Amino acid sequence: MACLAGVARAGAVSRLTRRHTASFIMLALTYVAAVLATLPLLFILFHLLKKGAAFITPGFFTEMPSPVGETGGGMSNAIVGTLILVGIASAFGLPIGIGAGLYLAERRGHWFAAMVRFLSDVLNGLPSIVLGIFAWEFLVRPFGGFSALAGGIALGAMMIPLVTRTTEEMVRLVPVSLREAALALGYTKWRTSLAVVLRTALPGIVTGALVAIARIAGETAPLLFTALGNQFWSTKLNAPIAALPLQIFTYAISPYDTAHAQAWAGALVLIAIVFLVSLAARYVTRARFGAAAD
Amino acid sequence: MKRLSLVPFFLAAIACGGDKQNTGTPATASARSGAVDLTGAGATFPYPLYSKWFADYANAKGIKINYQSIGSGGGIRQISEGTVDFGASDSPMKDDELAKAKGPILHIPTVLGAVVVTYNVPELTKPLNLSGDVVADIFTGKIKKWNDRRIAALNPGVQLPASDILVVHRSDGSGTTYVFTDYLTAVSPSWKAGPGKGKEVTWPVGLGGKGNEGVSGQVKQTPGAIGYIELAYAKQNNLPFAAIKNASGKFVLPSVEAVTAAAAATADKLPENTDYRVSIVNAAGENAYPISSFTWILVYQQQPDSVKGRKLVDFLRWALTDGEKQATTLDYAPLPETMASRLQQRLGTIKIGAGA
Amino acid sequence: MEATTASVGSRRTTSAPDAPRLDLRALGDRAYQIAITSFAVAIPLLLVLIAVSIFAAAWPALTRSGLSFLTQSRWDVASGEFGAAPAIFGTVVSSAIALIIATPLALGVSIFLSEIAPGWLRQPVAFFVDLLAAVPSVVYGLWGIFVLIPILRDPVGPFLRDTLHLGGLPLFSGPNYGYSMLAAGVILAIMILPYIAAVTREVLRAVPRAQREAALALGATKWEMIRDAVIPYARSGIVGGIILGLGRALGETMAVTMVIGNRPEISASLFAPGYTMASLIANEFTEATNDLHLSALMAVGAVLFLVTLIVNAIARWLVWRVSRGPAP
Repeated sequence: MACLAGVARAGAVSRLTRRHTASFIMLALTYVAAVLATLPLLFILFHLLKKGAAFITPGFFTEMPSPVGETGGGMSNAIVGTLILVGIASAFGLPIGIGAGLYLAERRGHWFAAMVRFLSDVLNGLPSIVLGIFAWEFLVRPFGGFSALAGGIALGAMMIPLVTRTTEEMVRLVPVSLREAALALGYTKWRTSLAVVLRTALPGIVTGALVAIARIAGETAPLLFTALGNQFWSTKLNAPIAALPLQIFTYAISPYDTAHAQAWAGALVLIAIVFLVSLAARYVTRARFGAAAD
Repeated sequence: MKRLSLVPFFLAAIACGGDKQNTGTPATASARSGAVDLTGAGATFPYPLYSKWFADYANAKGIKINYQSIGSGGGIRQISEGTVDFGASDSPMKDDELAKAKGPILHIPTVLGAVVVTYNVPELTKPLNLSGDVVADIFTGKIKKWNDRRIAALNPGVQLPASDILVVHRSDGSGTTYVFTDYLTAVSPSWKAGPGKGKEVTWPVGLGGKGNEGVSGQVKQTPGAIGYIELAYAKQNNLPFAAIKNASGKFVLPSVEAVTAAAAATADKLPENTDYRVSIVNAAGENAYPISSFTWILVYQQQPDSVKGRKLVDFLRWALTDGEKQATTLDYAPLPETMASRLQQRLGTIKIGAGA
Repeated sequence: MEATTASVGSRRTTSAPDAPRLDLRALGDRAYQIAITSFAVAIPLLLVLIAVSIFAAAWPALTRSGLSFLTQSRWDVASGEFGAAPAIFGTVVSSAIALIIATPLALGVSIFLSEIAPGWLRQPVAFFVDLLAAVPSVVYGLWGIFVLIPILRDPVGPFLRDTLHLGGLPLFSGPNYGYSMLAAGVILAIMILPYIAAVTREVLRAVPRAQREAALALGATKWEMIRDAVIPYARSGIVGGIILGLGRALGETMAVTMVIGNRPEISASLFAPGYTMASLIANEFTEATNDLHLSALMAVGAVLFLVTLIVNAIARWLVWRVSRGPAP
């Protein structure tokens, strides 16, 4: 009896060791996964810096693209074009996003609000090229030509879900007591919503807007057949316009080494813009709410 | 319906003043000022030369011309729809395409060029010799390796690697493809029965590249690749190209002289009222390069807008005289003299202004 | 509320002069309500417009071939035959490769971040993983062409084919162009990793402490606790995250266009070039020279639209179920 118990105990101990070893191995594997998951970004940043940093000169920001195969030149028209497109997108996407977000926050349980919330998430998941097709169908084909406006609106449509969601959540975070106090003091409902609640939620909404801008600034697909791209300097809304991601794409698939160099430099600038805007977004929330984001 | 100006989608700005001395402030300043006078779209085949022409013309006369280098297929479509002032194509428009246009269209040949078979095989030090049927079989995937005995037979004494041949072709509607497949159809019965000729064909194997630029880029970066591009692109990117066996049995490297030789026989025989939609592939002539072609600018014979019509005709006249002189600097062959002067007369048939 | 404002407003005077002021307030409120409702309506309206525009333009191609559009495997512009099967195949395969590579990594790093990482390590690792989502697609494509493809062509391809002797399998047959389904799959994997990881982290965090403590109290090792107490609780959310990643992979355009080789053909080999629905549209849209071609491209767009719609809807529903919990 004691013998059997002894064997059982020994078996139990070795089983325990096996379980601990298994646990150790699996946890080690998660470390491996963490390393593998952080590597790609470091890899990409390394190559961007290695291949592109040399070509970031002041001229890059002020000069126009140089002729085929020649060194030098810059992407001034593309950088300005991206800024213009982001401006148009914001003019279209921000009002709709903030307005819809307010609606969703104030009409929480309503069936229509639930549907809008769901559809907003659906819109968020749509491939950006589908939005390009939509803009082409309504803004390019009827007018017979490509335009910055069409590109801007395609990008604006992409901003809407992000802005809507952040606005809704930020507005919901505003304490009810604030709203009630305003109403008690004689503010109308609409003034309360706008001047008091929205104003309080503004930093969070700004964050949402910045995150949305960071996302669309790098988008290429919706611009392929809307804004089209432009080798010359153009700020007209009803004409094709250059954009940083488009220019990078064109240069990347061309054979000329000089173009490749410009593509890397452009990519570095683009990613710097996107990262800076994202960091600005995080900074705004951190300063306001203090909690570490994770 | 607003007519919006359309501008090039591809590389290379020739921001008014495209030669090496002018890539600084003057270029940027003049590029930023002023609207565009004419817009065109189409072939990537002549683009290196056209972009030089537009830059020089802008410098000389102050007229700015925007060109979208989107491929002959796109050029034909845009001119048919009237969204550009002129189109450009190395594939002559077919009768049904002409029927869809808004009016009669003139084909004005501008220069001659060569479609070269380029490859990326670092082991080779001299140009490969290839014949039409071998090229056809490479591009159908029947010949799979660089050291295939049929390639070796044409290149005695050359060390060929045992690697796979990676075919690259055009993924867009291309006049260059038309010229290339026109040639293959003429020399290879199996190609004629198979993919045939056209701006787009069904490619049995291979990667698709966008424009001459895309194919050049992919061949350049892919060891073992083979593709077909215009001569200027091969030269500008230091890509090697093959000597092709012509109708007389000689292996000829593409060059201005070889292309001119290819055009010589045909050009003289053109009737008075030709529409210039001629093919010169596999031309007779001992020194002729077999994959040569005209490239055309497509314009409407009736130009209701007198300002634009005038500018267009003036540019074309300039192209046929001064422009021709620059062709050889980029390895394009100028038109035969007689043809250029007959074309000036043809340009006179363009009716400009109201009542056109 | 109206009573309160009315009583404040009517402090000084009789009711008659108040009436206009009340009307003005009511008007303001009404205007505000109408405004925000219209903005909210804009969202479903936008989706309807998108759907209508694509399907209307796709109609000619769809009526011409019917459902065989989805199964026909020749996409031949020259002869006017448009079968979407190669593009659909390419989309599915590249997304599948991406999921196979990304899911274990995403799960691993999320478990690491929520259960295992020491505090000081958590922020930087999370930061790096999240930042992957901020990198624009075209930059991935650029990196793909000049860094990933040469790597796949040289060390990796021959390694898989010769060293591991997998060359005999149809999966690794044919010439290695570099531009291939494998390249697309790897890039997509990197691109969807942050999305799966973010959702998984959030659902793992939502698992109550009590679950973990109970498991440990019963004698489970750390791994057993994760495997048996945490993950099953969060399972539907994790699946939702994976499906979300799938949704993104299906619609990704630029990076894929730049590395997949653009060949409308179904091939068993990972080394072969291919096409996805999104990259097909991106490549051929501006050059569609006849109406049938354009309509066929729109039809591909319609299929893409429907597929991503359904996949994303499923993903959202699953994630909602876990993270929103019992609250509405």
